[in-house]
Amino acid sequence: MTQSAPGRLRVATTSLAGCFGCHMSFLDIDERLFELAQHVVLDRTPLTDIKRCGPCDVGLVEGGVCNAENVHVLREFRRNCRVLVAVGACAINGGLPAQRNHLDLGTCLQEVYLTEPGLARGCMPDDPELPLPLDKVHPLHEVVKVDYFLPGCPPPAEAIWSFLADVVAGREPRVPRELIRYD
Amino acid sequence: MSGRESFLLDGTPVPFAPGETVMQAALAAGHYIPHLCYHRDFKPHGSCKVCTVRAGGQTVASCTLPAQPGLEVESATPELEDNRRTLVQMLFVEGNHFCPSCEKSGNCLLQAVAYELGVLSADLDHLFPSRPIDASHPDLLLDFNRCILCELCVRASAEVDGKGVFALSGRGIGKHLIVNAESGRLVDTAIAATDKAVDVCPVGVILRKRVGFAVPIGRRRFDVAPVSAQAKGDAPRPPREKERR
Amino acid sequence: MAAMPATAPTVDPFLDQVLARHGADASALVQILRDAQARDGWLPPATITYLAARLGVPRARVEGVAGFYAFLYTSPAGRYRVLFADNVVERMAGSEALRERLCTSLWIERGKVSEDGLVSVDTTSCTGMSDQPPSLLVNGRAIAGLDERRVDEIAELVREQVPLDAWPAALFAIDDNVRRRDVLLASDLAPGEALRASIARGQDEALERAGNERSWRERMPALPQGPALTLEEIKHSNLRGRGGAGFMTGLKWEACRTAPGPVRHVVCNADEGEPGTFKDRVLLARHADLVIEGMTVCAYVVGASSGFLYLRAEYEHLLPGLRETLARRRGAGLLGARIAGVPGFDFDIAIHVGAGAYVCGEESALIESLEGKRGIPRNRPPYPVTHGYRQQPTVVNNVETFCAAALVAARGGDWFRSIGTPRSAGTKVLSVAGDCARPGLYEYPFGVTVREVLADCGARDPQAVQVSGPSGICIGAAEFDRRLGFEDLPTAGAFTIFDGSRDMFEVARGYAHFFAHESCGFCTPCRVGTTLLCNAMDKVAEGKGSRHDLARIERLNRLLQASSHCGLGHTACNPVLDTMKRFRPAYERRLCSTQFEPAFDLDGALARARAMTGRDDAGAHLLDESPGAAEAERAR
Repeated sequence: MTQSAPGRLRVATTSLAGCFGCHMSFLDIDERLFELAQHVVLDRTPLTDIKRCGPCDVGLVEGGVCNAENVHVLREFRRNCRVLVAVGACAINGGLPAQRNHLDLGTCLQEVYLTEPGLARGCMPDDPELPLPLDKVHPLHEVVKVDYFLPGCPPPAEAIWSFLADVVAGREPRVPRELIRYD
Repeated sequence: MSGRESFLLDGTPVPFAPGETVMQAALAAGHYIPHLCYHRDFKPHGSCKVCTVRAGGQTVASCTLPAQPGLEVESATPELEDNRRTLVQMLFVEGNHFCPSCEKSGNCLLQAVAYELGVLSADLDHLFPSRPIDASHPDLLLDFNRCILCELCVRASAEVDGKGVFALSGRGIGKHLIVNAESGRLVDTAIAATDKAVDVCPVGVILRKRVGFAVPIGRRRFDVAPVSAQAKGDAPRPPREKERR
Repeated sequence: MAAMPATAPTVDPFLDQVLARHGADASALVQILRDAQARDGWLPPATITYLAARLGVPRARVEGVAGFYAFLYTSPAGRYRVLFADNVVERMAGSEALRERLCTSLWIERGKVSEDGLVSVDTTSCTGMSDQPPSLLVNGRAIAGLDERRVDEIAELVREQVPLDAWPAALFAIDDNVRRRDVLLASDLAPGEALRASIARGQDEALERAGNERSWRERMPALPQGPALTLEEIKHSNLRGRGGAGFMTGLKWEACRTAPGPVRHVVCNADEGEPGTFKDRVLLARHADLVIEGMTVCAYVVGASSGFLYLRAEYEHLLPGLRETLARRRGAGLLGARIAGVPGFDFDIAIHVGAGAYVCGEESALIESLEGKRGIPRNRPPYPVTHGYRQQPTVVNNVETFCAAALVAARGGDWFRSIGTPRSAGTKVLSVAGDCARPGLYEYPFGVTVREVLADCGARDPQAVQVSGPSGICIGAAEFDRRLGFEDLPTAGAFTIFDGSRDMFEVARGYAHFFAHESCGFCTPCRVGTTLLCNAMDKVAEGKGSRHDLARIERLNRLLQASSHCGLGHTACNPVLDTMKRFRPAYERRLCSTQFEPAFDLDGALARARAMTGRDDAGAHLLDESPGAAEAERAR
């Protein structure tokens, strides 16, 4: 599935600050996955476990941007994907993770790691391996240019299918009105 | 209908009664013009500007535009629709709208108008304001994050409930909804869960407690039919009915 | 149910006195709140509760009004409230450094009240002192011509807690700076002269016969023809409103005169708030009689019995002089009952002081403010001429329009229309400010070229002129032969000059912030759009803007033009668009070479987490993405 094949579109997917619910909805296209596999080759995605994204036709990104690593992954996708798609509420407006945006990040970290009652020996994690959180969670389009948006929490499987079918067929993707949902 | 004067909405004749605005006449005839702050029970307000049309060489809010015989009104043009999309997107970035957790989802006019206009994302930079909720009242919840400043609750509480529970303060981007109490808390106002002001909120700011999700997502007003198919439901009531009320 | 918070005392003699002064009338709410604020320097919640109860209106309404106006404070602002005027001319004269100097000297942070509650230092919009910048207001009183010595003196007076009334009078001295006089500024019209001329018209038999052939509605039996014939003179003069829009004054007066209703009002719009203008300050200080005369002539013509002079809060220092003028004219029978001895000609004027809101310069917002409400422009139609103050027929004219109308009434329409150009009769008073040797007032017949004005005021190396302020138009050197007038460059009077050393991008950015600050917030496009415009301009200023941001600014502008509720929103993008068109390099040199830049500072967004974790390793930073990163990766 990961071998490049002539005439097939190369697609990558990832989840930033998301719940993988959009990926689940993607899998909900059910038996049409077989049809899709005839037209699509998967690059970096949790389904293949490929760690780095190569040049792709389409990148589907779920989740908002909440930390430095999210920024690096999103930039990698933007650099490599001809068409970048923000998939789902979190990617489009920050979604659930962005509900922390009215809180001060410092106070949050302090409470969680230092002052929370019951903490035996609180300490602030400072390992360079850990990505630092941004002070707010942002939608993708505030960090890189986004070409298409698939709203929904998650977007209906039909909407994802319809989008990919358009791309495969070489049509300008258009989400049908009845498939636009934000909830 | 015959014998009444009419104007043209996107080329279609729309009859109107004396004193009606373009919006009122259009809705009564079943023609949808996207709108947020307009409500059939209240005097047109003209603040959301989503209903802006082109008439007589000018762009103007159709909810406050008096209907005139022969007036040519354009509404469904790509340019006007594009402006409407941007206005709706502005409202989305101005507040904090997280539909998946909102009890109003599916009954929300902002969401329905956005669907209607094909809005896929806010596409503008979010302002992420900090707007603490007010859960002080035993029966009602105020979530200011979703407020679009249409003033319908302000108008309903003053004109129908006779209480003046709501008002606006601040100005510009700092404009915000306030309640009629020195404490600033809803519990200290005269509001009741049966007030018109509670029902009239087009978005999820004023919510009754303990009745959430009685109708499941997917079976709500705008899940059943798009807002454009419900134009007549927003049309002004016939005057006789109003008088009886 | 939670316990009600402690409320105001049952009787508050001070507030009762304030209420009594204004007839305990909620339509005087803005005046009541201004006066109530005098006690504590702000409006504590209990004060708002008390006033609402006594006025019999919902408390939220009073709080809503208090929250609308910049000079009404719902949180403590210090016993000395220092507000530096903050427009581009003030900045060019060094206001920012002086503000910092004062803050440093008083050990306070800008915008914050000192811990002892003594003083706060902040900024406000233009205060009408652009001819003598930098300037500030301290507790509403204007001090202009600031320099380091004056700022240090002010700091000392505040530290010593010297009462404002005991500050040296020289500090409050304001120059008129009248540089070029024409028919208006050189007028020697005696008080009552225009009125007597108007009344005399009705006594001319030939004119009376002519007048009788016209339809007219009048309620003054003794000399019925004077108003109709004076209106004919005003119409014949081609006088157009001086506030910018240029509506024919005669038509406005006629529409009010013929509108049904028993009571009419005349309102003078002295809410001069356009950044860079100050002409009304001088007209009201030195030609108050002419202004009042014009209002009275208008009352005579339209049959009005009540008048208002809506004075912007920044011009509070003009109040004593204006009150004195009104009193003198009442004494001379030129105001009050039976004016100039004409039975039934009863008219008087009340001064209404604003509270810091540029949008109230829009006539229907001004009327809302007069009625004690938030200054929100009304839906129109109906227009104020038929449904104005208290929904009654109302004429609202600019200060300068009333001056010109008085001249027309005295000297006739023929005389007036012989001055200026065919479509722009008469003269225009310009507020010349910015980069020139002699800022001040210049009065010219309409039709004067920008170049002539620049030469007269001693402008060296001018690269741009902002004509009519930020809501007007910004022109470059190639257009200096254009003429001021309704045919070409309409103007309300502001004439702000920028020399070759000025950065026109920064000029436009300052104006964008002005509009966002002054947006009333009623309509979506202006409320949100002006803020998004500021954010976009700030992003470009920080060197983080891309073509994507410029495209977004253009889209915002289209929307604001097409769907804003009033002129503020329609014009809010003008300074940016004008400068983008004429001074493109000022934008280009700030743009990143990329097509897209993040909406926020990515590395800055990690600062809080860095501080909390004490990390500063490479992974704790987000560097800008270099344009070549994509190629580099592909090459690997």
